[in-house]
Amino acid sequence: MIEHFDLTMVNWARAQFALTALYHWFFVPITLGITWIIAFYHSIYVKTGSEEWKRLTKFWMKLFGINFAIGVATGIILEFEFGTNWSNYSWMVGDIFGAPLAIEGIFAFFIEATFFAVMFFGWDRVSKGFHLFSTWMVAVGSNLSAVWILVANAWMQYPVGQAFNPDTARFEMQSFTDVALSPVAVSKFTHATSSSMMLSSFFIISISSWFLLKGRHVKMAKRSILVAAIFGILSSAFTGFTGDRAAYEVAQQQPMKLAAFEGLYDGERNASIVAVGLLNPDKKIGDDQDAFSFQIRIPGLLSFLADRSFDAFVPGINDLVFGNEEENIMGAEQKMKHGKIALASLDTYKEEKKKGNEAAANAALSIFNQNKEHLGYGFLTKPEEAVPPIGLTFSAFHIMVALGVLLPVICLAFLFFSFKDTLVEKRWLLGLGTLTLGLSFIASWAGWIVAEVGRQPWAIQDLLPVTVARSNLTAGTVQTTFFMFLVLFTILLVAEIRIMMKQISIGPEEN
Amino acid sequence: MKPVKIAPSLFAKIVCFYRDGFREMILGRTLWKIIAIKLLIMFCILKLFFFQGFLKTKFNTDNERAAYVMDQMTRSAATINTPKEVKKND
Repeated sequence: MIEHFDLTMVNWARAQFALTALYHWFFVPITLGITWIIAFYHSIYVKTGSEEWKRLTKFWMKLFGINFAIGVATGIILEFEFGTNWSNYSWMVGDIFGAPLAIEGIFAFFIEATFFAVMFFGWDRVSKGFHLFSTWMVAVGSNLSAVWILVANAWMQYPVGQAFNPDTARFEMQSFTDVALSPVAVSKFTHATSSSMMLSSFFIISISSWFLLKGRHVKMAKRSILVAAIFGILSSAFTGFTGDRAAYEVAQQQPMKLAAFEGLYDGERNASIVAVGLLNPDKKIGDDQDAFSFQIRIPGLLSFLADRSFDAFVPGINDLVFGNEEENIMGAEQKMKHGKIALASLDTYKEEKKKGNEAAANAALSIFNQNKEHLGYGFLTKPEEAVPPIGLTFSAFHIMVALGVLLPVICLAFLFFSFKDTLVEKRWLLGLGTLTLGLSFIASWAGWIVAEVGRQPWAIQDLLPVTVARSNLTAGTVQTTFFMFLVLFTILLVAEIRIMMKQISIGPEEN
Repeated sequence: MKPVKIAPSLFAKIVCFYRDGFREMILGRTLWKIIAIKLLIMFCILKLFFFQGFLKTKFNTDNERAAYVMDQMTRSAATINTPKEVKKND
């Protein structure tokens, strides 16, 4: 397959998708998280009637509006790319993705858009209660939109509730609830939204810290930080909890990804987690070299993370590539045999159908059904192709976790000095606070790299590799649109930052 | 005769609400312009000239599309599973 397909095209299409998703993810996490914090600010205003809280709410609402306006519809480009660069994939999953994406468009976006207008235009025009309700509904609607996209993404990682129909060449939905409520979908949604809430807390802390460093809008900045720090700590705790759940699901459904997280080549019981480590760049799959040049490990934690038992066996990359009879693990080599049988039987089915030979077609279909679980492996030319890029996955995972530990500590410091009312004096902390937004984005992007690079080579886990998911286009075509997007998105990002900076420098409206 | 005051309907109230809201926008006008330009670029340039659906433009019916995708799957599998020597003879 590698010789057969234009890998350059596949890599450019992947790069284009990554670029678009990365830019899209500049805007989305702020939208998802800040709406909740604004709803809290708004609630405090309604409860206290204080004009100060009203100004504060309006200020953060304005920044949310800028982010929303610049970011809106950037996700549509991802859908364009599906149809153009990934047409085989789009065709195959149309039946599965159609329902969740339609629900998103009709239901969640409708709620969001309706209440959005009331939230912005409703000051002194509608009752305070309805206005506040609308603000909360914007938060609910934004997050409901995210549900369906994340359900679709989760299905690619754990394709449940489907059956492949060889007559339509499509994965067809058998159970909507299995797709929508799969454990991977639940953990993906909760982890993505809680980490976005965390990021939004740091968006507020970062800007408010800048105000305090400049000695401007001190009262508003201190109040903003107090609520954002509490929200940040709560969402950090929830992010940790959901992250643990997500890792458990990865261990169950995508063990190769988990092995790549930890650079684990040889599986073991009481497997340790790498607290700090430097991968050996010369290490190859199946050789005897050490995987790490340097490492500090925490014994037993990986086994506990993967199977809730310190004694559990965690398969390594070598076990998953070459198999491990002792632990009853089928290797990629064996799965390739099943995959090739599945593909050959599909071909036979197609030919016999053409000839009108129903009995032979049904026999071929029966063989396909016995082997379809490993369909995607049939496209691989060697078992090592089932391994994702280990260095990138390992680094991204450890950066995400390290920042996920550091950021709540910073949040705690903000909360502590807020209660002591000495925040303004702690200029070192305020300086650090201004950096937290950048750190949060790095953590968030690293999380997506972990999820998406870690599942390579699959577009649909175990069923369809990215090399078969692509369209039959030349690399040049994709390169052209890649650079067009780079220019377009950079202009949008510069526009967002300039408008946002201007509004931040103006600050909240004076009475 | 005194003119009869008619209470505005809910629909009229909603229209006024939006109209007044849009009229009083300051920053919002710039943002709406950005949204309009962005959508114009996306749908009238990118979608129209660069991102026409691959299968949609190449085939007329779903049956043809299904046959093509199936062929892509099985043909690529045949290429992989055929030894290199045989491929050369082909």
